[in-house]
Amino acid sequence: MSSSVDKELESVVIRFAGDSGDGMQLTGTQFTNAAALFGNDLATFPDFPAEIRAPIGTLAGVSGFQIHFGSTKINTPGDMSDVLVVMNVAALKANLKGLVKGGVIIANSDGFDSKNMRLANVPEDQNPLTDGSLAEYDLKVIDVTKITRAALADSGLGTKEIDRCKNMFVLGLIYWMYHRSMDSSIEFIKSKFKKNEAVMTANLKVLQAGWSYGETTEMFANRYTVAPAKMNAGVYRSIMGNQAAALGLVSASVKSGMPLFYGTYPITPASDILHELSRHKNFNIKTFQAEDEIAAICSSIGASFGGNLAITGSSGPGIALKGEAIGLATMLELPLVIVNVQRAGPSTGLPTKTEQADLMQAYFGRNGECPVVILAAQSPVDCFNMAYEACRIALEHMIPVFFLSDGYIANGSEPWLFPQTKDLQDIKVEFAPERGNNDDKFMPYLRDEKLSRPWALPGTKGLEHRIGGLEKQNVTGNISYDPNNHEQMVLLRQEKVDRVADYIPLQTMDNGPETGDLLILGWGGTYGALKTATAILRGEGLNVSHAHLRYINPFPKNLGEILKGFKTVVVPELNNGQLVKIIRDKYFIDAIPYNKIQGLPFMSTEVVNKIKEILA
Amino acid sequence: METTEKLTSKDFASDQEVRWCPGCGDYSILKQVQTVLPDLGRPKEEFVFISGIGCSSRFPYYMDTFGMHSIHGRATAIATGLKATRPELSVWIITGDGDSMSIGGNHFIHMLRRNPDVNVLLFNNQIYGLTKGQYSPTSEQGKVTKSSPIGSVDYPFNPIALALGADATFVARTLDRDPKHQQAVIKRGYEHKGTSMVEIYQNCNVFNDGAFEVYTEKGSKKENILLMENGKPLIFGANDDKGIMLDGFKPIIVNLADVSANDLWIHDETDLVKATILSRFYDDPTHPDHKPRPFGVFYVNSNKNTFDELFNNQMDAAMAKGLGDLDKLIAGNETWVVN
Repeated sequence: MSSSVDKELESVVIRFAGDSGDGMQLTGTQFTNAAALFGNDLATFPDFPAEIRAPIGTLAGVSGFQIHFGSTKINTPGDMSDVLVVMNVAALKANLKGLVKGGVIIANSDGFDSKNMRLANVPEDQNPLTDGSLAEYDLKVIDVTKITRAALADSGLGTKEIDRCKNMFVLGLIYWMYHRSMDSSIEFIKSKFKKNEAVMTANLKVLQAGWSYGETTEMFANRYTVAPAKMNAGVYRSIMGNQAAALGLVSASVKSGMPLFYGTYPITPASDILHELSRHKNFNIKTFQAEDEIAAICSSIGASFGGNLAITGSSGPGIALKGEAIGLATMLELPLVIVNVQRAGPSTGLPTKTEQADLMQAYFGRNGECPVVILAAQSPVDCFNMAYEACRIALEHMIPVFFLSDGYIANGSEPWLFPQTKDLQDIKVEFAPERGNNDDKFMPYLRDEKLSRPWALPGTKGLEHRIGGLEKQNVTGNISYDPNNHEQMVLLRQEKVDRVADYIPLQTMDNGPETGDLLILGWGGTYGALKTATAILRGEGLNVSHAHLRYINPFPKNLGEILKGFKTVVVPELNNGQLVKIIRDKYFIDAIPYNKIQGLPFMSTEVVNKIKEILA
Repeated sequence: METTEKLTSKDFASDQEVRWCPGCGDYSILKQVQTVLPDLGRPKEEFVFISGIGCSSRFPYYMDTFGMHSIHGRATAIATGLKATRPELSVWIITGDGDSMSIGGNHFIHMLRRNPDVNVLLFNNQIYGLTKGQYSPTSEQGKVTKSSPIGSVDYPFNPIALALGADATFVARTLDRDPKHQQAVIKRGYEHKGTSMVEIYQNCNVFNDGAFEVYTEKGSKKENILLMENGKPLIFGANDDKGIMLDGFKPIIVNLADVSANDLWIHDETDLVKATILSRFYDDPTHPDHKPRPFGVFYVNSNKNTFDELFNNQMDAAMAKGLGDLDKLIAGNETWVVN
């Protein structure tokens, strides 16, 4: 039996890396669920190539999954990993720079044979497992392939099927290392393979083999415990950003009583919203996979005209194609939610990598003066809140609303103290009532105090009217080329967006006082990294505050006041400086941009160093 | 309006001044639609006209129904979203040859394959009118226009053949100058369950005047038009003296002096292969061996479920047990409690 010693840790970052066919995403997700059920706080970061099965063994084919779990508040998936599991040499090469010095490497030696070395462009005489180059790390070499094959020699499965169980060995071993119950994974395997008992048995056997390997070998001097985190009391679940966005949309549909129509075209990293929504038809959720991005938004506009909570979802390249139709929706003044799960661009860019470079596209990316409301989620869980808010504003203000997410929070996961539906804010929708012969003529562009026009559904007696992309005369909605009317309508559409500010919360500080030396002003998915960085900076006695924007157009009414309270405002963004331009323009302050454009999220340490440099 | 009071064509005319060029074929189509609609026995609030961009697409503004003048080529997609979610409405798509065959070609074919129960009126004038006279995707090769001063090199689309190729379930052609035929075809299109695609030859008297005169003028039309009627032999000619026979899959023109009408090709709207052959009667009418241009209903398939039916059948089945429990959905399958 192993003579390992237990050590208690506050938090740990583990990165699972292997070939995209090695099942690392599944392994990571399974460990995530177990950690969540155990009561740790956590954040995850899947990092995978765009190719479904990139050439085996190559650097391009490396797929990674990072989890940061702990007994304290966890805001990010971690800057560096403490433990790196690598299934082949390419995975090591791609991820070693992200491992802390002295960290644990668990390497599958079979993935370091001459063929894998050649595929990863590593010279034959430089096998890192044997050439001493990993001396600074705690290296554990295991022939996972061989052990798995031995364990399943009598399974009756072919070599290919047997090798597919390798990831379960790794999972079992990591479960052992961190004293985790394997119950949730055992249940998962039983359910996933219930129609193929041989494969089910094989996976269970290899999972157990991984655990036993830790238990019986002398390889591991330590086992670790990470106590449950002190979190707010309540019932939790684990959730990914895209899933949370989908649930936010469904909730808005149920709470408003409006059937939901989601017109979309598959695109990374937004497709999972479609996958999730398409499973919930019993909530009156209608999904339509259109022939292209343009048809996707146009079908949603048709559904909105007909009286649905209409939503279209995509990522940057798809949003570019939708631009003209967003303009139409703005002219029609119908409710529409446009979901953009941002990825790194331009053009096809880096489809599986994250970026925040579509803010200007949302703000200005259409012909003519075409303002829309823009909201952005700051974390996986916040995707629920802001997707819900996007629906609420679209429906109550008869206006197109952008909901911005990004690849990082869309695929990342965290524990969620989920709400009860009775506690969600009400969404009130009214349709124009039918009219008789003696009533005045229906005026489709007569506005209320929000400046929104009536929603007049086809099929309602006496409301026959025409809408369209040509400029409308205010009130009547008739085509008008009158110069003054056009100017008035442009200003009204802008004012209509601006008035949304009366119906959204004021900006709050995430950390630090409302005045001080330096404000870190972030938006969207950088929240966790900025939050951690601010805590570190404040811990070192620096007078730094952090505010994070989720309502970007219009801004909360008190934002200008907050900005005035700081000597310096720094705007960190995963782009080449977009929010900062808007802030400078709107508030005439010398806000400092801090940009990273690598397809990767901020590391907290990068932010800490940058802020110190600015303060120096 | 009381239900006892029958609607008239005037009830379908909006208060907006019609702004097509005087003499435009669009006027006739507007009039025929306004004539047909009162006979359909539906209250007018159930009608929705959706158009794209182009001269024809101004149409909805002149109808006192629900309407949307949308963006170029996308009426088909908008109509699909509306019909899917509001299947009880009567949804009409007004489009032109540029709108549906060029910029909106993709949506056009995909709508046809899905087969929502909507009615398409494709105004084909073989020219871009609103942008003042460039060649269109249905203009004949060699067409001299503002954008093709020495003649267009593009081969034209054949909208009927394209529609059949996209598995349309109702395909017909009519002309602006024949009100009775137009009304009959539009009405049949309305009655068809599924997408009805009606191509209407429409004269643009400003930029492409006379494009179809060989099919509309007294002296030439009987020689050049083949009026298809279901179950009837295919006969044409100045004195109804010619007919079409099939030699295998090859259509041939015969003289009725030599052949009995009983031996001619009997038009069968449900026969896709024969409809496909007829769709290819698309010769240049100045060619000496040209076949007459068919008008009427090429093809009807009443056996294909509509998109809106299939879409809503899934919804109804899913909703049969009532609305799902949102709190359960949000909670998911695995939760844990923190005290």
